[in-house]
Amino acid sequence: MSKKRTINELNIDFMGRRHIASWLSIGALVICLLSILFRGFDFGLDFTGGTVIELGYAQPTELSDVRAALETEGLGSATIQYFGSRTDILIRLAPQDGVEEASAQLSDRVFAALNRAADGQVELRRVEFVGPQVGEELREQGGLAVLFSLIGILIYVALRFEWRFAVGAVVALIHDVLFTVGVFSLLQIPFDLTVLAAVLAVIGYSLNDTIVIFDRVRENFRRIRKGTVIGIINTSINETLSRTIVTSGTTLLVLVALYFLGGEAISGFALALIIGILVGTYSTIYVATAIVVWLGLSRDDLLPVKKEGAELDPLP
Amino acid sequence: MNRYPLWKNLLILGVILAGLLLAWPNLYSQDPSIEITAARGHEISEASPGEIKSALENAKVPLKGIESLEGGKLLARFNTPGEQLRGQEAIEQTLSERYRTALTQSADLPGWMRALGLHQMSLGLDLRGGIHVVIDVDMEAALEQAVERYSGDLRTLLREDKIRYLTLTRDGTNILVRFEDAASRDAGEKKIKREFRELTLEPSEESGVFLLRASLSETEQQQIRDFALQQNITTLRNRVNALGVAEPSIARQGERRIVVELPGAQDPGRLKEILGATATLEYRLVDTEGSVADAVAGRPPVGSKLYYERNGTPILLKRRVIVTGDQITDASAGFDSQSGSPAVFVNLDGQGARRMRDVTTENVGKPMAVVFIENRTTTQMVDGEPVKTTRKVEEVISVATIREPFGRRFQTTGLDSSNEAHDTALLLRSGALAAPIEIVEERTIGPSLGQDNIDQGFNSVMIGLALVVLFMALYYRIFGLVADLVLVANLVLTIAVLSMLQATLTLPGIAGIVLTVGMAVDANVLIFERIREEIRNGNSPQASIHAGYDKAFSTIIDANVTTLIAAVVLFSFGTGPVKGFAVTLFIGIITSMFTAILGSRALINLIYGGRRLNKLAI
Repeated sequence: MSKKRTINELNIDFMGRRHIASWLSIGALVICLLSILFRGFDFGLDFTGGTVIELGYAQPTELSDVRAALETEGLGSATIQYFGSRTDILIRLAPQDGVEEASAQLSDRVFAALNRAADGQVELRRVEFVGPQVGEELREQGGLAVLFSLIGILIYVALRFEWRFAVGAVVALIHDVLFTVGVFSLLQIPFDLTVLAAVLAVIGYSLNDTIVIFDRVRENFRRIRKGTVIGIINTSINETLSRTIVTSGTTLLVLVALYFLGGEAISGFALALIIGILVGTYSTIYVATAIVVWLGLSRDDLLPVKKEGAELDPLP
Repeated sequence: MNRYPLWKNLLILGVILAGLLLAWPNLYSQDPSIEITAARGHEISEASPGEIKSALENAKVPLKGIESLEGGKLLARFNTPGEQLRGQEAIEQTLSERYRTALTQSADLPGWMRALGLHQMSLGLDLRGGIHVVIDVDMEAALEQAVERYSGDLRTLLREDKIRYLTLTRDGTNILVRFEDAASRDAGEKKIKREFRELTLEPSEESGVFLLRASLSETEQQQIRDFALQQNITTLRNRVNALGVAEPSIARQGERRIVVELPGAQDPGRLKEILGATATLEYRLVDTEGSVADAVAGRPPVGSKLYYERNGTPILLKRRVIVTGDQITDASAGFDSQSGSPAVFVNLDGQGARRMRDVTTENVGKPMAVVFIENRTTTQMVDGEPVKTTRKVEEVISVATIREPFGRRFQTTGLDSSNEAHDTALLLRSGALAAPIEIVEERTIGPSLGQDNIDQGFNSVMIGLALVVLFMALYYRIFGLVADLVLVANLVLTIAVLSMLQATLTLPGIAGIVLTVGMAVDANVLIFERIREEIRNGNSPQASIHAGYDKAFSTIIDANVTTLIAAVVLFSFGTGPVKGFAVTLFIGIITSMFTAILGSRALINLIYGGRRLNKLAI
């Protein structure tokens, strides 16, 4: 329990280092943006369209054998890789340019060819085919989903707190989303629909974190009569620090379990959330709160008229 | 201090008990089963279970049980998948004329549970294996076909009423009729207006030519689109039912899409062929007088059209169709009694039968051809833009001499294999598609991958949960144990709500549950940290508990509402995997608010409430 004491009695001057942190954030975001602009994403099938076929072989198989079998079918352009183990193979086919064949039928031809080559020792584990127009729609819908959840959150926080908090929270969320997708772009990790879902979950989680600290800031502004804005914010962050560490810690525990045990299909999802939670915890302190300070929050902004805090605190 | 009134404790207890009851069915395993439905013209009767039992006994396949389902179906349960397959074989061999079978899985629930209407969670295709396809209906083609039909009708109408016109052409969704003079145009307009109220007519005059433009109104176009979609859904449902898949789902998605979900279906290749096929048959007389050589050179005789047989031989057929696919009321596959080659037996409706009899009576001794017509739609990427092309394949599959007049029932040979005969019969029977379709999305999950997904998902939930439970107990001691109980209750309630709503659990859905496990802890962490703070500030243990729960409340609500906003947005914009994640996240947050605020408080009150305390184990 000695750890508990140290966390609770810390008094770190978080806000004193906010300028260094701002430059750090700006630097990281610039790198992420450049990567997104120039490297782009390794978009998964959901967004590009195309075909993915997962096959389970009875024996470990060489990729070159699979490639040879595909080349006889004139499908040399396929990407072939192991998926988890050497008996599991993933084949990706880009949307076919000018092929006179119903695209949905392509997977059947591939499977038939490989099944022949391996004497029937292959099992079709998964086929995913997304037509080009559907891919485009999914990309659009994904972007809209992020945009609308940000707007919804902006409105809710502005109503419950104050506009400076709303701006701080939303800038922090944009920061987290950019950073998370930026890492996916930098490391060229496949970006599919589940990763998009994870990014949206990151928005929810990071906001959760931000709200908890904002809540404490508001409370302390009303309670502590003396002290500077920076001082009160520092106190608030320190008071909630132990909670921040415990919650991110437990959530990370679950996500790490998911990353290592959940299988290949879900590892991208878990990774996006792990990155998002780390950066979300950081951004709560150094982006959301720093922006509130920078926008010139004063005690008067939170003190009068704010009666809804009392109204919304009925006994549980 | 810190006591809950009795009713509150009872309420919480009641909810938890209801949750346990609703979640209970999920502990039972699934039996490999066969769903049995009656074939066309037969029905499931009182005697049916006995017949199936004896068929299985004769084949020495042990049966676990047989029962009736809603909608005139029977369900036969087996102990192992192997016995299930042998059972299907046995039923197909002896009773295939009267019953259709489909492999499925059915939960082995005790009778009282089923009587209470309790269900297991419904698993998504990624967990149980199956095929999910999204089909795009070509609405432009549906409109074109409608305009084409109207053009024919207008021609007939004007001809019958002896109203002279110069030309009648189709221009997009408009029909342009040119008349020589104003009088005949006005007569035509009047006539058309009376017969086809749904057409909007616009007379005009252009350098001495009198024009009449007939166009489909927006509401009429909408009706045509709706009809095409509805008709296609019906046809697809017929086809899927004919294939014998248990629990198929065919649903409309948006303006022009149809989603077909077939759990456990094993042969995606054949399935897609059957779904997408637009094959139909046409019967035409052979033009024996015109020159085939001239036609190949591009000069077909008037009233005839050049076709090719399957082996590539050119043949001239009369343009006039005797009967088309939509006049076929029933079709079945079999073998020709003389040659033994695969054949399709066709039944015609009254109108078709009359025409067939008239034509064959007049043309005894002359050859008649059967044309196999199929539309194949493909989307290609041209300069980065998807371009859709529909190609019509027309092949003459058989030419036979009319030996004697025939009408309602006859047979057609010339098909490549008995498989093709089977599929053609199935397609003719289930009706033609009203508009060409294209598969724009497909997700097929093999059954073994589905099981892997369940195992991996289950393992990661359990291990993640175990880690969190251990940490909380170590860090918050008694309070941590309370949080752990609450966490398990939350998981049970989430599963209970999923089972009750029959919401589909998918792999991303499991991820959503995992995430709510992590986040559900947060509410308790917030409360416990508050209590610790209050104790440090020198408050009494009882006052600290009270203040801790009180002060954390608004924070918990704010934090959860914002996450709920994200879940709702995900649900409304998401498709497939994203939606599955949003559903469990939403349910998980709601149940976690209940368990973490009310449930944990109730437990803490039971442990510490109303007692004199010096110290808290927190």
